[in-house]
Parts: sequence; C-alpha cells; structure tokens
Amino acid sequence: MADTHAIATGHSTGHSSEHPPQLRHHFDDMHQQFDSATFGMWVFLLTEIMFFGGMFGAYTVYRSMYPEAFAATSNFMNPAFGAANTAVLIVSSLTMALAVRAAHLGQQKFLQLMLVLTMIFGTAFLVIKGFEYHEHWVDMKVPLFPGHWAWDGPLAPPQYAHQAQILFCFYFFMTGFHAVHMVVGLGIMTTILLMARKGSFGPAYYTPVEVSGLYWHFVDIVWIFLFPLLYLIGHTKNLI
Amino acid sequence: MHPVTPVRTYVLIWLTLTILTFVTFYVSTINLGAFNIVVALGIAAIKMTLVIWFFMHVRTDNPLTKLFVFAGFFWMAILLVFTLGDYFSRAWMPGGKFW
Repeated sequence: MADTHAIATGHSTGHSSEHPPQLRHHFDDMHQQFDSATFGMWVFLLTEIMFFGGMFGAYTVYRSMYPEAFAATSNFMNPAFGAANTAVLIVSSLTMALAVRAAHLGQQKFLQLMLVLTMIFGTAFLVIKGFEYHEHWVDMKVPLFPGHWAWDGPLAPPQYAHQAQILFCFYFFMTGFHAVHMVVGLGIMTTILLMARKGSFGPAYYTPVEVSGLYWHFVDIVWIFLFPLLYLIGHTKNLI
Repeated sequence: MHPVTPVRTYVLIWLTLTILTFVTFYVSTINLGAFNIVVALGIAAIKMTLVIWFFMHVRTDNPLTKLFVFAGFFWMAILLVFTLGDYFSRAWMPGGKFW
C-alpha cells in the first residue's frame, strides 16, 4: 500500500528521482524526447524544402524557356568563388557532424573546438560571398539597381539583354536567401557554443546540438544544388 | 538516440563529397549537350543523399522520420513535375506557345 502510494505520488508530480533533469514532463523518456525533437526539426525542414523548392521550380521554368540566355549569362558568374564556397561549406558540415559526435560522447573541449571551427567556416563562406557580390557590383551585374546594371562586351549578346537580368535576379534572390539562412545558422551555433561552455551536453542529453546540426546540413544541401545550377551552366563555352 | 558513428565514416563521406565537387566542376567544362544538366543534378542528388543519410543520421532514424524525409522530397517532386507538365504541354495545343 505504501509502495503504491509512493509510485502514485511520484507519477502525479512527475519528479521521480530517476528523471534526468532535461526530461520534459510530457515525454516518457529521453529517447522519445530525442526522437520527437529530431522529427519536429525535420517537419520544419520540409517547410524549408518547399520555400527553396518554389524558387528552384521558378528557376527551372525560366531556364527551360531561355536556355541560351541563361548559359550566356552564367559566364558572368565566377565558378572559382562558387567552388571555394562549396568546399568551405562541406568542411563545415564535417566539423558540425563531429561536433554532434563529441556532444554525444561528452567530449566537452572537442565539442567546443568543432563548434568554433564550424562557425569559422560558416563566416568564411559569407566573406567569400561578400567579395563575390562586390565583384558583381563593380562589374555592373546587379539588376534592379539603376547604374549597376550593364550588358555589353563580347560575352554579352545584345539579344539577351533582358533575359540576362532574370538569371541575375534568381542568382541574387537564391544566394541571398541562402546567405540569410547561413547568418541564422551562425546565430544558432553561437547559442549552442554558449550552452556547450556551460557543460550542458553529454551522452544523456545532446538534442540541441543534433537538431542544430540538421539545420546546418540542410543549408549545406541547398548550396550543393545552387552551385551547379548557377555557376556551371555557361561554363561550357561552346554551348553558346 | 543514435549509435555513435566512427570518425572514419564522417571523414570518408566528407572526402567523397569533396571529390564529387571536383567531378561536377570538371564535367561542366566538357560539352555533353543535354546531359550536362543530367550529370550536374545527378551528382548533386548523390551528394545530398550522402549528407542526409550519414551527416543528418537519417540512416539510424526511426521509420516515421524516414517516411517524412521521403515525403518532403516527394512533395517537391510533385511541385516540379506538375509545374513543368503545365509549361511543356502548352506548346502541344493547336496554336499553343511555351510562354
């Protein structure tokens, strides 16, 4: 009778001594909490797939409408910048994956190191992107900005003067929204780093690191598609 | 929670992703006609699958999460297929134009 009472009380308050401090009341155990968190993050990422999917869809329609114009315009993108950024982002995904692993194993120092490296690579991406935008600005390849758009020279066939601006609009909107996601990612990483410094993560609880990692890798995947679609179309010069 | 993946696996995946980036860069300099875009998107799809399966741990996620990940890309396929189906079939109508 006393036992039943103890169990009943423990259950009603939800503060049994076996509860890890991070376990919320509405979950049965840490496993269920972890699975729900990753699942929830994936549902959010599905909305992100739709967000970027709309832009990729519009891009596909316009590209199939003006294939030659898009190929010609792509010659004004710098594939070296794009390739460098792809490399930087893939390394940042590796350090992110290693950060999640370190959090899982409770390796506090290594976790912090990997988070800092991820943030450094993420920042490097944005810096390279900044140089690239600056090049387009100087190069007069920013549509919708009077005085910063010009379409002339041997690589710019005059019949594509209007259609070229469409690809550059796609370029700036898609890479711009991607860059915004990178900035958000850096904010998330800062938060995770501050939590990691307090020793919040270990084998029993590393959900925030895992879930932030999902976001970071997703942003990487978007770039994996942006790189060939924006930079490498006109790279094949004899297509034009 | 997931089992711990060995560091070696992560490094191998990273290496593969980097090599594929070089491959996609190199292939784009060769004129394959219509197949340039097929190769470019194929390689991007392989890279995406590797990131999702290993870095994002979907490999060891429960079936519900796996199903939702698949559903997300299936939904995007619907978006692309129906949009392109509309645009491409416009020219098939008498007097129809692509645009």
